[in-house]
Amino acid sequence: MKNKSIKGNEVDHGKLIINADWCKGCGICTAFCPTKAIELKNEKVTVVDIDKCTQCGLCELRCPDYAIYVGRKKNEQ
Amino acid sequence: MPSQLVDKYFRAEDLPQIWCPGCGHGIITRAITVAIEQLGLEPDKVCVVSGIGCSSRAPGYLDFNTLHTTHGRALAFATGIKLANPDLKVIVIMGDGDSTAIGGNHFIHACRRNIDLTTIIFNNNIYGMTGGQYSPLTPKFDKGTTAPYGNIDRPFDICDLASGAGATYVGRGTSYHANVVTSLVKKGIMNDGFSLIEAISGCPTYYGRKNKKGGPVDMMQWQKDNAVTVTAAAKMTPEQLEGKFLIGELKNKPEPEYTKEYQKIIDNLKGSDI
Ligand SMILES: Cc1ncc(C[n+]2csc(CCOP(=O)(O)OP(=O)(O)O)c2C)c(N)n1
Ligand code: SF4
Ligand code: SF4
Ligand code: SF4
Repeated sequence: MKNKSIKGNEVDHGKLIINADWCKGCGICTAFCPTKAIELKNEKVTVVDIDKCTQCGLCELRCPDYAIYVGRKKNEQ
Repeated sequence: MPSQLVDKYFRAEDLPQIWCPGCGHGIITRAITVAIEQLGLEPDKVCVVSGIGCSSRAPGYLDFNTLHTTHGRALAFATGIKLANPDLKVIVIMGDGDSTAIGGNHFIHACRRNIDLTTIIFNNNIYGMTGGQYSPLTPKFDKGTTAPYGNIDRPFDICDLASGAGATYVGRGTSYHANVVTSLVKKGIMNDGFSLIEAISGCPTYYGRKNKKGGPVDMMQWQKDNAVTVTAAAKMTPEQLEGKFLIGELKNKPEPEYTKEYQKIIDNLKGSDI
């Protein structure tokens, strides 16, 4: 019985995908994002400027709850 | 759909985990799955075993053969699994209390036997699950619910303990340095023998709060500021290394593996008269 159809509140920002239902607002991803493309609003991660995102993947690497991850790579868009 | 990695290796229907906001355990659990992905292991050939504690809840979220056992005893169960199924890649997840307090004896003897288990200790310097009692990894003078005036015990160094007891692969990473954890776990799985990876994790709820270490971000920042790679440390003076800790590969010294030695005895006795 595998997952499937787990969508939650997932929003596809192109470069980044965010599932607000899983975000616990710890602030780790925003604190260590090198370009400040994301920030916390009302204890949830939000995109401030998607153009700033370099898809470095550090937010995905360090999110304890897998609520943020890199979406389509540039060459796939 | 969650990320491909999470979709493939996690029981995503049970996410998000029960862990507190900013608990380092989720980061380390993911780092382990990246190692499995990079090695291309067949999920059915992997068994993840844990004891009891917040850290030991990790296998509950992982979509492999998994076993959640009793406090301190994960290595005893894992030893049985590996002896019965030597072809399985057995990965053991334990907390610092789980592995070095109640499970201390299992730990040193698994190291000594050099049985092919890859053990990752999620070290958050405290008993998280039961509310912040000090563990054998709580630094001297730090506080816990059972050490309200500061702990006077000296902590273990998990990596030194494992090396001294005979583990053949030893390394340390942190939740901040999740990529280091991934590369150590990969090499640990490839080592045919007992591998111990200490993954420093943050427990903001108990260790952090009791010791005024700030929130999850501060705890990650502390890891970033105080970890020194083995290569960088080689060029530093003892004064510069004061208060720092090493990350990276600390030991890689292969020796004969336990289940293989055991098989040799079986093979030798086959066909003999006794
Ligand atoms: C035999 C036994 N003794 C004590 C307990 C209570 N207990 C549950 S978890 C735990 C310690 C957890 O600390 P740690 O292993 O460091 O893991 P963490 O929760 O910090 O990840 C204890 C003492 C138990 N479950 N079983
Ligand atoms: S991928 Fe990198 S640049 Fe983009 S939001 Fe995440 S951490 Fe920031
Ligand atoms: S690291 Fe994850 S849980 Fe924490 S704020 Fe960012 S998205 Fe949310
Ligand atoms: S109590 Fe500590 S170790 Fe347990 S989930 Fe919370 S932060 Fe993590």
